[in-house]
Amino acid sequence: MRKVTAFNLFAIVLGIVFLYLPIVVLVVYSFNASRLVAVWGGWSTQWYAELAGDAAILSAASISLRVAFVSASLATFLGTLAAVALVRFGRFRGRLLFASMIYAPLVMPEVITGLSLLLLFVALAVDRGFWTVVIAHTTMAACFVTVVVQSRLVDFDMSLEEAAMDLGAPPLRTFLTITLPLILPAIAAAWMLAFALSLDDLVIASFTTGPGATTLPIRIYSQVRLGVKPEINAVCSIFIAVVCVAVLTASLVAKLTAARGAPTRL
Amino acid sequence: MIDAKRRTPETSLARKLVLALPYAWLLLFFLVPFLIVLKISLSQSAIAQPPYAPVLDFAAGWRGIARFFAGLSFDNYRLLGSDALYLLSYVKSLEIAAFATLLLLAIGYPIAYAMARTPRRVQAVLVVLVVLPFWTSFLIRIYAWMNILQRDGLLNKALLALHIVREPPVWLATDTAIYIGIVYSYLPFMVLPLYAVLEKLDQSLLEAAADLGCPRWKAFWLVTLPLSSPGIVAGVLLCFIPIVGEFVIPDLLGGSNAPMIGQTIWTEFFGNKDWPAASAVAVALVCILVTPIVLFQHQAMRASEKS
Repeated sequence: MRKVTAFNLFAIVLGIVFLYLPIVVLVVYSFNASRLVAVWGGWSTQWYAELAGDAAILSAASISLRVAFVSASLATFLGTLAAVALVRFGRFRGRLLFASMIYAPLVMPEVITGLSLLLLFVALAVDRGFWTVVIAHTTMAACFVTVVVQSRLVDFDMSLEEAAMDLGAPPLRTFLTITLPLILPAIAAAWMLAFALSLDDLVIASFTTGPGATTLPIRIYSQVRLGVKPEINAVCSIFIAVVCVAVLTASLVAKLTAARGAPTRL
Repeated sequence: MIDAKRRTPETSLARKLVLALPYAWLLLFFLVPFLIVLKISLSQSAIAQPPYAPVLDFAAGWRGIARFFAGLSFDNYRLLGSDALYLLSYVKSLEIAAFATLLLLAIGYPIAYAMARTPRRVQAVLVVLVVLPFWTSFLIRIYAWMNILQRDGLLNKALLALHIVREPPVWLATDTAIYIGIVYSYLPFMVLPLYAVLEKLDQSLLEAAADLGCPRWKAFWLVTLPLSSPGIVAGVLLCFIPIVGEFVIPDLLGGSNAPMIGQTIWTEFFGNKDWPAASAVAVALVCILVTPIVLFQHQAMRASEKS
């Protein structure tokens, strides 16, 4: 029997308060009528209204969303292939190098990833902009996708595939009709993770971006360096709201499909 | 399993493609860029486009390649060793990363431990609650702390109202603010691996210890802590390595007097336009991080092969 002691309750409550208090403060102050952040001037939505007319922020947001969508899709594709290779291909030549290149970017400081990619683009004399940021984010996110999909593939019930192949399905068709649908939840989760990583990234994007491809974090960063502003609080609050709705919906959907899928999987 | 007997030419081509696509991508966009950094770190800064020399000139044939190798030098690394600015920022980065990781462990362990002791239903909710802030932007979470830590921010208001301080203390642009930002941002990375291990811990071991008269603190010390060591190693590595190269947190919350190494690379590159120096700083940073990175890889690979 698990019993929650006073100490455990205290640790959890304090931890959750610590994690959420700053975010709550940020959101509350985005509704502050006063321009001075220190003074509470009553509730108001004026900063949100002002945001709607801020073309620079809006275009940065649209660029960020497009970069995130394209790079998450590419990263999911490449990362899933890499996961299949790592889990299913056994020992092949160059496996150590391959695995190293998968795991190293997970822990490589962003400053170095950004710097090295920029130097590559300079060496190749590529014009920097939308696509260089997409390439950089794909490279960074693909490794996270691999780890997520790999963990699902590893505890995959092989007998399902064997059954399909015993019944005469060729391997490729088996993969597409049996394996892929079953690992789809992991692939979806990996896509979301890649999307969020791309949307979040400031450092790598700063190195690899060019004229006309200012992402939202770069725009926010250049404003934030000058100090706290209510408009930025409003942008951040919208961002947080969108993310919370997306993550909660995703985990609910995952839970529902898991609940429905559980008997068939057993 | 795709076994060898059934392999047709069609599937073997598919197999090759499955491996070749991500392999080629990672070679081109991860390994080659790093080799370029290595090469430029051995070059000289120059007022040119690109701003370094020598540039590998294949058009000049063998002579061009020979000239290229003759032009390489270790000057940038000598500079790293002799300039106190670089040494200080390495020391500062390692110091902050080590101390912050210890703090994270001290704060994260009780939370993970408590989470693992709650009923199953609550556990699922708590995991979502711990992960959720991770999905909101890193930058936003640091910015949220700027709101709180500024001179007339919420923290100082609370301290003044409670008569704990008379004058509002300065929080922003101090190391304390850096620690707060790091602990806040990396807490999920410490809590989740610890929780994953603690949640699987066999309760009957603790019951056995209790039945044999072992006090609870001693059972924790002799049973729980050693059994949770894989989680501790994972959490420490997941936090320590990225914190050393952290840029955003010290840049927004820290002062300008003693930069961390990520900031040094950034300023060398964007501010001083000294690409060779920035590359040398980056290569040296990777060398420092090689041991923990290899440890991390080893653990990640073992974890994936075990299951």
